[in-house]
Amino acid sequence: MTDNQNLFFHKFGITPQDLQRYLTEALSAGGDYADLYFEYQTSSSIAVDESMIKSASQGISAGCGVRVLAGERTGYAYSDDLAPEKIMRAARTAALIARGPAQQLVQGFHEGHAHQLYQVPSPSVDADIAAKVDLVMRADSAARAYDARIVQVRASFADELRQIMIVGSDGTFATDVQPLARFSVMCIAKSGENSSRGSAGGGGRVGIEYFVKDKPPASFAQEAARQAIIQLDAREAPAGEMEVVLGPGWPGVLLHEAIGHGLEADFNRKGTSAFTGMLGRRVASEKCTVVDNGTLPSRRGSINVDDEGSPTQETVLIEKGILKGYLSDKLSSRLMGMPDTGNGRRESYAHIPMPRMTNTYMLSGNDNPEDIIRSVNRGVFAANFGGGQVDITNGKFVFSASEAYLIENGRITAPLKNCTLVGNGPDALTKVSMVGNDLMLDEGIGTCGKDGQSVPVCVGIPTIKLDSMTVGGTAR
Amino acid sequence: MAASTEPVIGMKTDLREIAADVVARAMRYGATSAEAIAREGAEFSVNVRMGQVEVLKESGSRSLGVRAFSGQRAGSTYTSDLTGDGIERMVRGALELARVTSEDPHAGIPSPDQLGSFPGDLKLYYDDVYSLAPEERIEYARRAERAALDFDPRIKNSDGGSFEAAIGQYVLANSHGFVGEYGRSHCSIVAMPIAKADDGSMQSDYWYSSARTLSELTSPEEVGRTAAQRALRRLGARKIASTRVPLIFDPQMARSLLGNIFEAVSGDSIYRGASFLQGMLGKKVAGENVTVIDDGTLPGGFGSSPFDDEGVPTQRTVVIEKGILKSYLLNSYTARKLGLKTTGNASRGITGNPVTGRGNFFFEKGACPPAQIIAGVKQGLYVTEMLGHGVNLVTGDFSQGAGGLWIENGELAYPVEEITVAGNLKDMLHNIAEVGDDLEFRSSTAAPTLRIEGMTIAGE
Repeated sequence: MTDNQNLFFHKFGITPQDLQRYLTEALSAGGDYADLYFEYQTSSSIAVDESMIKSASQGISAGCGVRVLAGERTGYAYSDDLAPEKIMRAARTAALIARGPAQQLVQGFHEGHAHQLYQVPSPSVDADIAAKVDLVMRADSAARAYDARIVQVRASFADELRQIMIVGSDGTFATDVQPLARFSVMCIAKSGENSSRGSAGGGGRVGIEYFVKDKPPASFAQEAARQAIIQLDAREAPAGEMEVVLGPGWPGVLLHEAIGHGLEADFNRKGTSAFTGMLGRRVASEKCTVVDNGTLPSRRGSINVDDEGSPTQETVLIEKGILKGYLSDKLSSRLMGMPDTGNGRRESYAHIPMPRMTNTYMLSGNDNPEDIIRSVNRGVFAANFGGGQVDITNGKFVFSASEAYLIENGRITAPLKNCTLVGNGPDALTKVSMVGNDLMLDEGIGTCGKDGQSVPVCVGIPTIKLDSMTVGGTAR
Repeated sequence: MAASTEPVIGMKTDLREIAADVVARAMRYGATSAEAIAREGAEFSVNVRMGQVEVLKESGSRSLGVRAFSGQRAGSTYTSDLTGDGIERMVRGALELARVTSEDPHAGIPSPDQLGSFPGDLKLYYDDVYSLAPEERIEYARRAERAALDFDPRIKNSDGGSFEAAIGQYVLANSHGFVGEYGRSHCSIVAMPIAKADDGSMQSDYWYSSARTLSELTSPEEVGRTAAQRALRRLGARKIASTRVPLIFDPQMARSLLGNIFEAVSGDSIYRGASFLQGMLGKKVAGENVTVIDDGTLPGGFGSSPFDDEGVPTQRTVVIEKGILKSYLLNSYTARKLGLKTTGNASRGITGNPVTGRGNFFFEKGACPPAQIIAGVKQGLYVTEMLGHGVNLVTGDFSQGAGGLWIENGELAYPVEEITVAGNLKDMLHNIAEVGDDLEFRSSTAAPTLRIEGMTIAGE
């Protein structure tokens, strides 16, 4: 964004001198560092339900968050009104986290290097609403055409354009215009007394043309319908420890839950993570290399700069099984004397940034996916997941398979329902004995929650085999 | 014509005028009906960690949303820009959207005779939550954390103690002339200690007190001590072998189960056939000891309000009575879809169509003290934690990660973790063997201790 394109300058009349003034006020009580986060977000959504467009909605939210750091302390205030007196008042409120005379001077602003990760000619929030109506209606008919047993279909298209400007008292000056679009389809199938559901979706930092050319609505609709139909015949999952094979793509949510959160720097700085003090130690089998990479073009978890104005990067978390690094923001990096990995993210101007994942995935290995299945005598193949959750402190995590199959004598047999997997973060990946050559990232559906803040993320994994994991079914 | 004439309790704002103006503009621009929501709120929070203030946050915000109808078509918009220009664009945008949506024969705002407001003061707003000086607020958080840290030498770390206060004012107006307004206040104290065993393994837990007025909060010390006890009792947790034993769900976990029942009786799930309770009205869906009620009119309740998000008075609805499914929870749309009457359970955010919301949704208490329930179990699991998203409301299938305390001969013996508990909600509702007498409202959903038979534990 040049000064001319900078929305906050030309639409709201904010000047660099104003920014200096706000930051000076924020540091007036002696803070070490202050930053301002300006956000102007437009969003829209449209949904088809029972073959009707029942809702269409759009909106605008704008505001500015002021943060002041003093040692380990954070003061935060925000305003949803960008008038100068309101931002000054927020700056004055946040300043009070520190006690004393001003000590830091606000540095001259300089705009650093930024990636260009979103190749979107025109943002989809500005696209013609009729085109979006067409997309969701096509998903509805494709799902219904898939199988007569599909009795309910809901499809939605949601997009947003987030324009941000971050300025810091250390001279940080960064802007970004972040498009995001997501298509979702949910189906219910019925056959006699049996009911089941299936869901699918995708998107990323893409324009509406992505859903016309690359991933048409029918692809998500057919996938959701396929899952629902398969589940109609699912039998009860086994209960107990057994071999588990994870399919490629979204099952990478295992990495997100089992290790990703535990490697966020704030938990390790405070000593509250099950991974605290394990840097340089073995936490996975040597077949496992896991990275977090915010710089992949067009991905849902990608950002040119993080929400503190730092460029994103590729960070190696686990290399051949050895724990190599944490995901950090400015505060943790300063307090821990470690590099800032560009992972400081926040939900909106009303939220304080903290270390968060971007796109987190395991690199491909050498095994053929078919050989991995063939190597299992009796176990579970988890092809798709719902959500997961982790207890950071004791490392215990859980995730629920939405599409899973029994493996018997090296062959995939019956579909399973009600299949939950549980494990322990620091040792789950030590049990990885085979890693496929088929790394896939998810379609662009992930939203990660931490401390009540949601941010878009992406996960990925090749087909992998864990020699032992607890499967939580009901079969005797 | 229904209109709220109650004296407004809460903050002084101009939200009524703004909301009424939005509705008037929408009608002027050609809407056949319209509904506006205006909200204003202020929040304060402090987190103290290892005795030091870690985060102080303070702010206020306003937002405005409109839903405009063109016949049976609806469009929704919202804005945080409450200037004349911002409001104008929002209203015109909603009407534009209402041109592209579908004719939905069941769409619309409630009829005039359905609108109104629960009479009397529901005691939802107390300005004392915002009356404390900053130093006193910080002290609440500090005291809660200190009590946890001082409780036992094994409490070695902490995610801190916190104090939060929030007040909000809410206005709903529609083109039938309804204008309703109420204020709500909220405050809470939380402690999040971490216990460390000799082998270096750690367990965290938390406890909280939450109320509409400071005078009803429990002391920070009590919150801190309870949190410490909860973290300590998890130390040394082990995995157990897969088995089938009675499960005793503590009130927090019983509340989580009840949350699934709420989703299953919501009109939205019912008309879509997305609930295992579809088509069960008037039928036996649970044991005789199961009575579930939704009541939006409990004074001071966390789920109380004088009217729902469509302007329909809230009410007391018996959902399950002695095992018989008596009512779904409905807004005006789902009621029209199902040929029933709204139960005043419309809930909406700043934008979009209403969904189903809960008032105070609770499982009626039984006669058994929880200690007696535990004492009556030879071998079983006292479930104090559940993790994950393993509930399928279409089928009732239920499989969650869990942790708790093993019960041996009626005594809590040792902590258990890294297991799952699984079953099917249909069966679970029939297999509630005992209902505790310990119902306590800590949020808008509440349940007593429950003993459930026939579920599977998966472990080693």
